[in-house]
Amino acid sequence: MKRLAIGTVALLVLLLMAMLILAWESSIAQQDAPAEDTFSQRQIDRGEVIAGLGNCQSCHTVDPERPYAGGRAFPTPFGTLYATNITPHPESGIGRWSEAAFIRAMREGVARDGSHLFPAFPYTHFTRVRDEDLQALYAYTMTREPVDARAPENDLTFPFNIRLLQAGWKLLFFEPGVWQPDTEKSDAWNRGEYLAEGLAHCSACHTPRNTFGAENQDRDYDGAMVNNWYAPAMSAGNPPPVAWTESELYTYLREGASTYHGVALGSMADVVHQGLGIVDDSDIRALATYFSDVTGALPEDQTAAQASRRIADAQRESMAMRSNDTGELNRGEQLFSNGCAACHYNSADDPNVLRPELSLNSALNADNPVNLIRATLRGVSNESGIQGVLMPGFASWNNADLAALFAFLRATHTDHPAWNDLEQRIARQRSDVTTSTE
Amino acid sequence: MPTSFELNGRSVTLQVADDTPLLWGIREDAGLTGTKYGCGIGLCGSCTVLVNGRATRSCITPLSEVKNLAVTTIEGLHPSGEHPLQKAWIKTQTPQCGYCQSGQIMQAAAMLVDFPDPSDEQIDNIMSGNLCRCMAYVRIRKAIKLAAAEMRDDIASSPTAPETAAHE
Ligand code: FES
Ligand code: FES
Repeated sequence: MKRLAIGTVALLVLLLMAMLILAWESSIAQQDAPAEDTFSQRQIDRGEVIAGLGNCQSCHTVDPERPYAGGRAFPTPFGTLYATNITPHPESGIGRWSEAAFIRAMREGVARDGSHLFPAFPYTHFTRVRDEDLQALYAYTMTREPVDARAPENDLTFPFNIRLLQAGWKLLFFEPGVWQPDTEKSDAWNRGEYLAEGLAHCSACHTPRNTFGAENQDRDYDGAMVNNWYAPAMSAGNPPPVAWTESELYTYLREGASTYHGVALGSMADVVHQGLGIVDDSDIRALATYFSDVTGALPEDQTAAQASRRIADAQRESMAMRSNDTGELNRGEQLFSNGCAACHYNSADDPNVLRPELSLNSALNADNPVNLIRATLRGVSNESGIQGVLMPGFASWNNADLAALFAFLRATHTDHPAWNDLEQRIARQRSDVTTSTE
Repeated sequence: MPTSFELNGRSVTLQVADDTPLLWGIREDAGLTGTKYGCGIGLCGSCTVLVNGRATRSCITPLSEVKNLAVTTIEGLHPSGEHPLQKAWIKTQTPQCGYCQSGQIMQAAAMLVDFPDPSDEQIDNIMSGNLCRCMAYVRIRKAIKLAAAEMRDDIASSPTAPETAAHE
């Protein structure tokens, strides 16, 4: 009996050691900051576009005056993570990282000192990025203004704060490997797929995650909650009221608005207006080609007819509500007529992108009303959505009125079931909205 | 923080708190009192101005939001107050007390950009956020149609209009 116990313990110790060896990553030696002339201007410029495609700035910046200095908080089910300083500051940034250390971090999620990075940093996507793009990104990063700023310590609950455990996570959920083209598909599709699944890491927000925080591969692009926004579903199995077209996808990614879907808000506004802003048209078109496939896009003549039917239906149902209902939905209709229609009313046959049509809007058609609530409370600044066009926030309306408005819109402008607990949800967003720095 | 923007074609900088409503800035700080305060919560339309050409309720728009944008008030709609809408308003003797009317006109001006030949249904839907306690609604609708017709004629008879060019 005793022998068995000793044997078991010995076995466990051995296993543990084996795991430690597996999990162990070596440290890569520090180096002095690369000399100014290490990188060509061409490479740095290319790196800037790569950083735009990856939208690195959005996560790694709190104060726009100090780009890439880190510190932005990411609340997760496991605790709060803070984005690190990726300026070339030698102490608090990554100034002493060699190119090899940088590329290893991007490809394998391992920091220079050998510690495992958490997958909130989407190395699971960056692993696919080609050498020349990572080298350009390194050149761009190392030539930024160094900022001395230390991100707050991560605040994760035990045992998630043990970095070594990330090795196990990687075994289960991480598929390393540089991107390979799909020879069956067009060049544009391949380019789009390379960008979307690698650098741009679109599914990091738009795909729901499993219990361990890994993207759920069975539910690619089914939509997910991220930082208190809903990143809408884009999979063909979750069709929006009007299907995407390739040209709508292009316009949305280029200008931040689509007539048949709505405007880019929250972090998507950063993606479009900051990140993708400097990206070549051909790459935006490639993304549109790829997402046409993902979303199951249709030709334009079909979507125009879909949209007109939809708007006409919504208007008919709203009119019926005006004359027949006397309860909450009727109140919602009055609020809509008074407070919203001046900007949001459209003719059924000719919706205008500058008058976002709510019956087609992704926020109103989502399972979760959070985007609609946030957009209504805080408005849409002229830097989000369509640049130069703003919607004021309606935080001065009380929760009951907003709930009546949303219930009316959901009932008359969509085919989806009513949302529950609207008043409480609005109250929650109100407190979040007023404290949020975003 | 000071906010700079364009007000009726002139650039202005106002030294006010960021969350000051645009309406306050326009009336109190820039001294243009044609824009009126009604409800303060975006439900009456009397404070309507144009921001980059789009009708906007200035009572719920923080001044900081119009940074670097172009704001037009009733005073700036036309240099001598002769915008087709203003002429039509006079011709039809639309106002009664007048309090809501600068908002009505600014909303109508924005509407005519999107709907140059508005139907009754379009007018009703878009103007429904501009309340008039004197019930001038019927005259407002008539004045809008009059102005819209004049503006369409102006376009048709301008030398750059395609039809005219074809006749030459
Ligand atoms: S005062 Fe602005 S809408 Fe009433
Ligand atoms: S004319 Fe008096 S409120 Fe409209």
